[in-house]
Amino acid sequence: MSEAAAARGGLWRDAARRLRGKRAARVALALLAAVTLLALLAPAASPWAFDTLDWRHLAQPPGLTAAHWFGTDRLGRDLFVRTLYGVRLSLLISVLASAISVGIGLAWGGLAGFVGGRTEEGMMRFVDVLYSLPYLFIVIILNTVIGRGSLAVLLIAIAAVGWLTTARIVHGQTLQLKRREFIEAARATGLSTAAILMRHVIPNLAGTVVVYATLTVPQMILFESFLSFLGLGVQEPHASLGNLINAGAQEMESAPWMLLVPAAFLVLLLGCLNLLGDSLRDALDPREH
Amino acid sequence: MAPSPAPAVLELERLTVTFATAAGPVQAVRDVSLSVAPGECLGVVGESGAGKSQALLAVLGLLAANGRASGSARFAGSELIGLPAAALDRVRGARIGMVFQDPMSSLTPHLTVGEQLAEVMRRHLQVSHAAARGRALELLERVQLTDAARRSGQYPHQLSGGMRQRVMIAIALSCRPQLLIADEPTTALDVTVQAQILSLLVELKRERSMAMVLITHDMGAVAGVADRVTVMRAGRVLETASVAVILRSPRDPYTRELVRAAAPPVVAAPALAAAAGDTALAVSDLSVEFALPRGWLKSPARLRALRGVSFALGPGEALGVVGESGGGKSTLARAVLALLRPAAGKVVWMGRELLWLPPRERRAARGELQMVFQDPVGSLDPRMTVGEIVGEPLVAHHPELDPTARRELVAQMLKRVELATELSGRYPHELSGGQCQRVGIARAMILKPRLLVCDEPLSALDGPTQREILALLAGLRRESQMSLLFVSHNLAVVRQLCERVLVLYLGTMMELARSESLQAPRHPYTRELLEAVPVADPEVQPARLGRARPGEPPSALAPPSGCVYRTRCPHALKVCAERVPEWEETDGGARVACHRWREI
Repeated sequence: MSEAAAARGGLWRDAARRLRGKRAARVALALLAAVTLLALLAPAASPWAFDTLDWRHLAQPPGLTAAHWFGTDRLGRDLFVRTLYGVRLSLLISVLASAISVGIGLAWGGLAGFVGGRTEEGMMRFVDVLYSLPYLFIVIILNTVIGRGSLAVLLIAIAAVGWLTTARIVHGQTLQLKRREFIEAARATGLSTAAILMRHVIPNLAGTVVVYATLTVPQMILFESFLSFLGLGVQEPHASLGNLINAGAQEMESAPWMLLVPAAFLVLLLGCLNLLGDSLRDALDPREH
Repeated sequence: MAPSPAPAVLELERLTVTFATAAGPVQAVRDVSLSVAPGECLGVVGESGAGKSQALLAVLGLLAANGRASGSARFAGSELIGLPAAALDRVRGARIGMVFQDPMSSLTPHLTVGEQLAEVMRRHLQVSHAAARGRALELLERVQLTDAARRSGQYPHQLSGGMRQRVMIAIALSCRPQLLIADEPTTALDVTVQAQILSLLVELKRERSMAMVLITHDMGAVAGVADRVTVMRAGRVLETASVAVILRSPRDPYTRELVRAAAPPVVAAPALAAAAGDTALAVSDLSVEFALPRGWLKSPARLRALRGVSFALGPGEALGVVGESGGGKSTLARAVLALLRPAAGKVVWMGRELLWLPPRERRAARGELQMVFQDPVGSLDPRMTVGEIVGEPLVAHHPELDPTARRELVAQMLKRVELATELSGRYPHELSGGQCQRVGIARAMILKPRLLVCDEPLSALDGPTQREILALLAGLRRESQMSLLFVSHNLAVVRQLCERVLVLYLGTMMELARSESLQAPRHPYTRELLEAVPVADPEVQPARLGRARPGEPPSALAPPSGCVYRTRCPHALKVCAERVPEWEETDGGARVACHRWREI
């Protein structure tokens, strides 16, 4: 394993160097880091908690001189704090769910593609079957069995849907890779199957998978928002970007900031993640340079 | 033919092609002037990157978007440079025909070849659908497409490379062009098919008194086809003269080098004769089958890629395996290394059957048996640096080595294959084809294997590079005393490097002979292969091309009965269809499978 890591150092080190050389990637990374840090620290630093009701400032618009920079909602809760709480929860759920779904999908699709034969057939048909189940139905069942608003349920629900697509993509890529002559060359050299997977298949999948992963994080945020919007996800008084936007949408005409503040954070996150994904893909392909 | 006083069909004057790149403008073609008279064939030669294709693409207005042409190119008296696309469209494809290197990517995959041919005629000649179809069939017959009526209803992927190139030629000729531009038309084909295509081009040129430009890096092709030759290097014309002058007494030192490179490579004759009786590798009665799925409910078709192949290879001995594509050469190379499972037969290496060893021992044994692949770039992991690639076998077989010791060995190996040590940090796509093949050889040699299997290691490289790689392999073999299994379609190359040669056709052994005795081959197929090897001699080569017989191997899914070669054999009798010929011993360990080897 240490051997493999040492050998792949070249690829990853070069990729990191190339990534640093891209301005778009640097900006996206800096913004992401700033938002994440803010989300982690600000709630603690702010005088308001996410569920503190400030009766003197109900539905107050944003302003720098006001007590609440980003305004408050109908119940007088600080929107800045709630939005950052939402970002924290949404990021946590989406990053965890992406990691789970990419991990399972990579292992499942890669193994199916590389082993081939009946194993491949069985594994991929299983994915097809799961694909055909209505996932909302499953989420509702999970909710009733385990309890509404549980973070675990949300994670399981989101990851269970996400890994299917990853598995399909990785499967297709592996099939293409397997036919390449350098894989045969590795076999002729005397590498074990595990070593071929670690040293040749996974690094060559890395570009696709990393891009897909950075693109699934925003997808997961959207999906979480969607579930929360339907009332199947994060429940009041807890805040996620999804239920904040949902609440804000109902006040859109009288108090637009309630929608715009969380929506702006969502747009910022999605934009940065997409930019980062694109730059990562280029950085991981030596031929791009 | 001397340049005739008749007005030139094509005349380039100070043609310059410039590409705008990120690193500033690059001149691919500089001040090129040449002319082609009616009925004449001009060969344009030079190695890859010499600008020979770009010059002619500029004439046709087919440069890449960042390319600009300046200067003049007159076709039948009218200027082509700067002509709008609509006006060019009336010339190219109609009055100038084109044949490119890769017939697969030049044909549309979703139309039958007959339709594609008819489409060109409908577009340029305004003929009816029915007339176009009729003429298409005539043309396909004229270019000697076997079974033309059936083939015209097939799609490009169903045809072999040679057949596709015939279709391309038919399309190029469909509107009776005054000029045919053929850009490396035979590079992607087997030697036997190369000879057939070139001889067809010569015939057609004569029959239609059409002018022709043959762009190639192959001096043998030029010798057989061209009247005059223009030599290009780095975008400039070095010299233009008649083919006899260029090949016999070239003025320019670079031309001399090219001509020397075209002569059969001179490699020190194989020095090590195997100690009699010693066997390192024994292959007996080896058969390999592939199952081709035919859809859901049908049982898969069985393709027999190898049928009953047997031979023995002594320690330090080199055996060449030759034949056309589809002959089973690469399958044999892979079966020997236990990279695929044979349907029957045995491969025994040093007394052990590799395929049935436990996986761990088999992997360990692979250290002794290494392989060099056909595609120099594709056989290297694009995400690994040269140093990592060459060091990988050490990681697999000598995990005890620390990284510094490994780097040291890699540096030594790179030096041995004549690569600069600085290259070890580069990625494969940053290297040339020849450099990549050196990396592939270094990877195979770093474990000091006792058997090296080379699968067409030269076919993707151009002439001078081929010679360098061949010399490198010969040198490595001398030093390391390893056995060598060398697969190639070029008999001339194999003969230089190997003591013995095994000829395969449709997965069946035709002849096994010592290289010296191949001057007088026993088997008619070996003779055909020898005859197809191009000779860079304008006195001899046209006649050799004239003798090229049309015909390609039949499908391995439905091989002929009896002797598989009989459908192409000029000496076939009734008995050849009825009985499979014996694998007969002739003299001195040579063997041949032919009913009539004694008479012919």
